[in-house]
Amino acid sequence: MFPRAGDGNLSQVRHVVLILSGKGGVGKSTITTQLALALTHAGNKVGILDTDLCGPSIPRMLSVGRPDVHQCDSGWVPVYTDSRKNLALMSIGFLLADPDEAVVWRGPKKTALIGQFVSDVAWGELDVLLVDTPPGTSDEHLAILENLKKHRVDGAVLVTTPQAVSTGDVRREITFCKKTGVRVLGVIENMSGFVCPHCSECSNIFSKGGGEELAKLTGSVFLGCVPLDPQLSSSIEEGKDFAELFPDSTTFSAISSISHTILNSLQTT
Amino acid sequence: MALFTYSIMSHLLRLSANKASVLRTGTEGKCGAAVCLQFIRCQRSVDTKALQERQKQHMAKGLPRQKPITGVKQVIVVASGKGGVGKSTTAVNLALALMANDSSKSVGLLDADVYGPSIPKLMNLKGNPELSDNNLMIPLTNYGVPCMSMGFLVDDAAPIVWRGLMVMSAMEKLLRQVDWGSLDYLVIDMPPGTGDVQLSITQNIPVAGAVIVSTPQDIALLDARRGAEMFKKVNVPILGLVQNMSVFHCPKCQHQTHIFGSDGARQLAHTLGEEFLGDVPLHLNIRESSDRGQPVVVSCPQSPEVWLIFFLP
Repeated sequence: MFPRAGDGNLSQVRHVVLILSGKGGVGKSTITTQLALALTHAGNKVGILDTDLCGPSIPRMLSVGRPDVHQCDSGWVPVYTDSRKNLALMSIGFLLADPDEAVVWRGPKKTALIGQFVSDVAWGELDVLLVDTPPGTSDEHLAILENLKKHRVDGAVLVTTPQAVSTGDVRREITFCKKTGVRVLGVIENMSGFVCPHCSECSNIFSKGGGEELAKLTGSVFLGCVPLDPQLSSSIEEGKDFAELFPDSTTFSAISSISHTILNSLQTT
Repeated sequence: MALFTYSIMSHLLRLSANKASVLRTGTEGKCGAAVCLQFIRCQRSVDTKALQERQKQHMAKGLPRQKPITGVKQVIVVASGKGGVGKSTTAVNLALALMANDSSKSVGLLDADVYGPSIPKLMNLKGNPELSDNNLMIPLTNYGVPCMSMGFLVDDAAPIVWRGLMVMSAMEKLLRQVDWGSLDYLVIDMPPGTGDVQLSITQNIPVAGAVIVSTPQDIALLDARRGAEMFKKVNVPILGLVQNMSVFHCPKCQHQTHIFGSDGARQLAHTLGEEFLGDVPLHLNIRESSDRGQPVVVSCPQSPEVWLIFFLP
């Protein structure tokens, strides 16, 4: 009986953080990629595990194309965004023959693949592994938690937009974290306010303050607001590094500050 | 679920086929070795053919047959593939617009998003549904639209941590064990993704068509495209694509900003050969009235963004 190669693959990963929401379209993948980039710019080695099997956005956002996934002795080799290997990725997007193919799978198949993603990817040495999740509280989330039990989950970051339909779902997700014993590192209010590029008037398209209220209501830390920024949207679209292109923007300073807060709270546990 | 069932059945079928051939070889042993061997081979090929035929019949039985919902004439699903593009908002306003366009039509609304039910908030409905005399759940009604959602059956803060099988069972109940009465249209607000709920609904009930909602950005369109491909795979006709959050008009200077890109959904519709149903702009009005539980078709019927929704039906 050979020992499972998977058990050792997370042994050199210092911290595992889930990016959750409950609500779709609030910017989980965007926040995951931006936090990852902010952390790598601050000198950390980061991994991103994209467990959104039906809608894998991470490869597109980081403009890694569709490289082949290779195997090594310890399992699958993650895809690196550059030669310095500071940012490692794994996503179903790399495994599909046709990138536009719809992944129409029921729960057990998704559970099996996520189990492999957690155990069989040779992450190597990482400071932080960010796990981007799909919306909801379903098979994928249960599979992640079950498979990470052997390692540990250091915490979860909840992303919401300020409006009521969003905070309602994220509230359920916070309860899910409490019930499953996952520490809530904090709540991020994304798409919080839009500043007109023409007249600088700030419009609260998706309302304002909902994320902060939710954090208070649930006794969680409020990590901060990230504004609705068309430059961030277009960087994501084009797969460019927003942190490199707009390091002086309000958006980047918000994300950078949030990433420092998260790293500090991980290091103090 | 179907695959699991198939593998168990095929295993059982294989076992019973092997048992039968052993019995037959036992009775034929007196005829002589060579003849017996040939006879065994013939028997085995006949058994294999019969087995394959039985497996085919079992597999055809394995997929559920589509059965219409009692009293409902046509089902329209509002889906995307991507989360947060405005499926629920579109579904709610579409249902109301269908009624507003033709007051003789009766329209119902089913919230199939089990994990993040938004319909109760958007339709300003609260409370538990009562049961009718024949044990069917009575949908809650507002603005003349009967609605059913998981949100009526659980607490506001309670997460619904269910695997796919439980969700399938819940969907079956929300479809069949609700006293819809007689409806011309049932609009179903689908959850994001292309998984259990989408498969359960399209396999169990005949769907007249799907409206795909997307924002203009590529990231959303990738998933919307997958959603459209999924519907094609399960033979659900696509009624068209709606481009939501298409443009933002600054309330102060009226400057137009395409926050999420421009025209992406229109181009996708063209690429897929589907109809482009129209643009819905990003307007503070829509979000504000949605948060209040007053769909914009009802609260601001004169506003321009609403006219588009009127034209969608």
